[in-house]
Amino acid sequence: MKRKMIFNMKSLYRDDLRVYGYEFGSGSPSACIVGATRGNEIQQVFICSQLVKRLKELEAQGAINQGKRIMVIPTINTFSMNIGKRFWPTDNTDINRMFPGYNLGETTQRIAAGVFEEIQNYEYGIQFASNYISGDFIPHVRMMKTGFENVKLAEKFGLPYVVLRNPRPYDTTTLNYNWQIWETNAFSVYTCDTEKIDMVSAMQAIEAVLVFLSKVGLLYYNAPEAGVSEVIDESALITVKSQKAGIFIPRVDISDRVEAGTVLAEIINPYEGEILEEIKAPQAGTVFFMQDNPMILSHAVAFRLI
Amino acid sequence: MIEEIASAGLPVDEELSIKKNRMQPLHVTGKEKRFSLVTGIHGDELEGQYVCYELLRRIKEDKEHLKGIVDVYPAMNPLGIDSITRGIPLFDLDMNRIFPGNREGSMAEFLAAEIIEDLKGSDLCMDVHASNIFLKEISQIRINEVSKDTLLPMAKRANVDYIWIHSASTVLESTLAYSLNSIGTPTLVWEMGVGMRITKEYGDQMVDGIFVLLKDLGIWDGEVIEPKTPIISTDGNVHFLNAAVSGIFLPCVPHWNDVKRGEHIGDIVDPLTGSVSQRIYSPCNGLVFTLREYPVVDEGSLLGRILER
Ligand SMILES: [Zn+2]
Repeated sequence: MKRKMIFNMKSLYRDDLRVYGYEFGSGSPSACIVGATRGNEIQQVFICSQLVKRLKELEAQGAINQGKRIMVIPTINTFSMNIGKRFWPTDNTDINRMFPGYNLGETTQRIAAGVFEEIQNYEYGIQFASNYISGDFIPHVRMMKTGFENVKLAEKFGLPYVVLRNPRPYDTTTLNYNWQIWETNAFSVYTCDTEKIDMVSAMQAIEAVLVFLSKVGLLYYNAPEAGVSEVIDESALITVKSQKAGIFIPRVDISDRVEAGTVLAEIINPYEGEILEEIKAPQAGTVFFMQDNPMILSHAVAFRLI
Repeated sequence: MIEEIASAGLPVDEELSIKKNRMQPLHVTGKEKRFSLVTGIHGDELEGQYVCYELLRRIKEDKEHLKGIVDVYPAMNPLGIDSITRGIPLFDLDMNRIFPGNREGSMAEFLAAEIIEDLKGSDLCMDVHASNIFLKEISQIRINEVSKDTLLPMAKRANVDYIWIHSASTVLESTLAYSLNSIGTPTLVWEMGVGMRITKEYGDQMVDGIFVLLKDLGIWDGEVIEPKTPIISTDGNVHFLNAAVSGIFLPCVPHWNDVKRGEHIGDIVDPLTGSVSQRIYSPCNGLVFTLREYPVVDEGSLLGRILER
């Protein structure tokens, strides 16, 4: 293992911003794994830290294939993480909306450019991402439909689902999108949580990455036979919205199978305690996403079903 | 007449409500033209608050000259304005990156879709911004080059100092102005002043310009001023000054000032050592139309923009 500083920026009174990559094996840039780009992506940093630990052991056992180099970057945004902010501390910009970056531009464009220069030539790019609507997901691999996406590869993670997304204008500045445009096979891996550690899905994600790395020939890794992924288009997910606002009491969990009319959650009057609304499944399906805030707004996306 | 155009429930005894005030003649025929003034998408930009107040005040004072419809929307992001938050609180999201919105999406996207629905069909819409808390801007209209042919003739009548025709970018396709322009509702983006402050002279200048446009549209038949002739440029004439180091920025030229190539614009200093970390010089002869207001800078922070002349 080699620890390499891939970006460094001086601050006025804070410590320097340092971005480290952990390299395993040597030779052609084969797989790059990026954790947190935002300060609240704690689960993502944790997963990367565990991957670094596992890859270190695997490297010591000689399990990394000749001529293949794997890099793990646990976070590119320590400055936000250390002060409990999601976005950049001064101007609130999102580094994951700044790719491919611009090295003469604004601060977060420079960070994105500096990092992207180091990670753009890899054959495979894996990012542990999070959504702007906070909530829990069934662990899945997400790919942007850019015309370069390779769904067969995404199935090699062996996670239950591969979700395809049609890029919207604001997606064109994400790391995933730009990796694909620069000919890296890019995947975003979503686990159950973001701001707190979910051990079960973290371990599932680590396993999935190791399985993927072995299936594409970067690693000898003896994994139990993984399941088959179901490929779905994001637009085919059924959105279930709230009509009322109040306290949100879920009645189902992620991955649960529900029938049409099943009560998914209750919205409770925060003053008088009675049920304002029962959110019901419009049709049968599996709970793929569930908002995780104990309060809910009206018109909010409460659930997504497959 | 105050109307609610969109609303959403908040968890504990509160309704988020987006409102507009419609001014129209006493007798409406149904053939009136409509002008919409929009502001407050970014909750920390307040210059438009004065513009809304002043426009309505002047119309109410000379109501007999009103021949069409004027809709004023002072707060597209009401939670943001009332909580000094640039984005939409709860979403940490730039509201000007979610248009045209989506009724099936989050509450923010739902509101965006309702807003578009209400503004659609205006004969002219104006979206007033006030830079951000970091930069001070001269009163200017910004036009995406894709809608130049429709918008430039109107922008020239708006009594601004400067019109910037910028190049298209995919990300800007999620703005309110782009979304409205793409469905045939002409929308001008006005930038002026600085975040969290009101510059009354810019507001008065803008309201004078709005009355010229209202008269051109046949919505107003009172006296109006002769608008200023603006400077018009494309990206090619605009130079960006970015900090090479972090520190405290001390400008030494006034805003909207002519500078010569090589002229000293300011310094980035280090208060701990008492030394200058970077001296900033102008790369060209031109006008400083953007100047940094907020002193703390990171490496990369924008210090100013100069229009080469
Ligand atoms: Zn703005």
